[in-house]
Amino acid sequence: MKVSPIERGANYVVLVAFALIVLGPIAVIVSLAFGPQSASAAREGGLFHPENFPEAWEIGRFGQYMLTSVVVAVIVVVVSVLASILAGYALGTMRFRGATLMFYVFLLGIMVPTEAFIVPLYFDLRVAGLTNTVWGVAAPQIAMSIAFGTYWMRTYFRTSSRALIDAARLDGAGSMRILWQVLVPIGRPAILTLVLLTFMWTWNEFLIPLVMSPNGSVRTAPLGLAFFQGQYTQGTALLAAGAVMVALPIVVLYIFLQRHFIKGMIEGAVRE
Amino acid sequence: MIGRSATRRSARSAWVPWAYLAPALVLYGAFLLFPLVRAAQFSLFEWDGLGASTFVGLDNYVEILFDERLREAFWHALVLVFFYAVLPLVIGLLLANLLTRAQVRGLGFFRSVIFLPQVIAMVVVAVTWRQIYAPDGPLNGFLRMIGLGALARPWLGDYTFTLPAVGLIGTWVCTGLVTVLLMAGMSRVPRELYEAARLDGSGPVREFFAITLPMVRGEITVALTLTIVAALKTFDLVYVTTSGGPGTSTTVPSYEIYRRAFELGEVGVATAVGVVLTLIVFAINGVVNMIGDRK
Repeated sequence: MKVSPIERGANYVVLVAFALIVLGPIAVIVSLAFGPQSASAAREGGLFHPENFPEAWEIGRFGQYMLTSVVVAVIVVVVSVLASILAGYALGTMRFRGATLMFYVFLLGIMVPTEAFIVPLYFDLRVAGLTNTVWGVAAPQIAMSIAFGTYWMRTYFRTSSRALIDAARLDGAGSMRILWQVLVPIGRPAILTLVLLTFMWTWNEFLIPLVMSPNGSVRTAPLGLAFFQGQYTQGTALLAAGAVMVALPIVVLYIFLQRHFIKGMIEGAVRE
Repeated sequence: MIGRSATRRSARSAWVPWAYLAPALVLYGAFLLFPLVRAAQFSLFEWDGLGASTFVGLDNYVEILFDERLREAFWHALVLVFFYAVLPLVIGLLLANLLTRAQVRGLGFFRSVIFLPQVIAMVVVAVTWRQIYAPDGPLNGFLRMIGLGALARPWLGDYTFTLPAVGLIGTWVCTGLVTVLLMAGMSRVPRELYEAARLDGSGPVREFFAITLPMVRGEITVALTLTIVAALKTFDLVYVTTSGGPGTSTTVPSYEIYRRAFELGEVGVATAVGVVLTLIVFAINGVVNMIGDRK
């Protein structure tokens, strides 16, 4: 469509303005993270302080928290993606009584707010001795991820080639072999997107680890950051460094695989 | 979509699909569906989380109606809907329309940038904005620099301005998602429609209302559903920035659920709020989709 040079110029101004609005706060936290810890430190030692990061890592115990985050995220991703592939395969390629009902049952799980089921789940898992364990923190997130993952994989399997499945079946392949040797290999992009989204949601989750580990023994990175903000009140440099470290793994993944993130969150949201 | 061969096959082995569904169904059922049913059950009891519980019928729901703090929390959630959903939709429509009309360079890069807040942990976002809003923070510094020092205030310690200040963080987070969604929708509108409209002599404003807006109805529905639900479920942001304060000026339903269940020992009321919140989320999903589907 043809537009005048003036309009095009104005569009660039708008584009740059909005990019700055988004990047401004990020620039603030990054510059605080590299900044001096106090006014006196600023007078003595210049303005660039990368040593804030190892110091925050040490004082804020981010090493320990990030390790917990990695363990929880790996458990949630592996279990929920496997279960979602299997369930999505059934709902996407097989016709059986109750399939539609099952689809809606899983869809319900995408909409249910965490705070609705987390309270009774906490008290029931406390009786079972699972609170303050990695499994207690992972289990509700596995359930939520399965709801989205099943929906996501079902969509993929529905659009996968019918002819391919029929051909494999004529070759005598069972449903298990068709899944793992035909559909999963060609569905790698869809599965990678699901892995990335699940990993991100688990890494960023706050309420579930907060509730499920009241004594703080299973503290994930975002929780560690919130705790650090409450405990460590001298200056903001170390807090900012901690914030940058907590966000960094996902932001790095996003920079390299942004298509997957954007496509996943946009298409995953479009329900039928 | 489902081939004939699948039908024949499934008649022979009806248990096969259920075997594939089983792992997902067991985990999802045990850790989400069952607790959801338990929530409905808990909400009929008065329980402090430790001792014996007493059956109180619907008293906890009645309390939601009469407890001023809870009523306030739901009202605040509604205010947040404006900042999370309405404001980003208006900005997103303008921005996406502008960018789709003119082929500007660097659109892909711009898309990646405005989407970025979506992938950053809310706690990090909250910590960041707490610094920006601090009494000696960059926002007040900027206002003083441009001679508007009179407007400078402790943004998160002010009874009037804290809720909008928290809401604007939501706007910052949600606008990118909404814009990217709408851009995807607008790029699918056939160019010929606009050219035909131009021949009829309609200007950009009429084009927007007559062509663009109806064509992206589906995307608007999705954007509203996502952002309204996000607003109603706000927890991390309030927990980290204000803890519901000052006073009760920024408390929200999710925060009340957490506070009552785990700090005050009012488990029954907390679960009742959770049930009500779930029903509201479902109702909004239903209503928004019903309006969106109607052609």
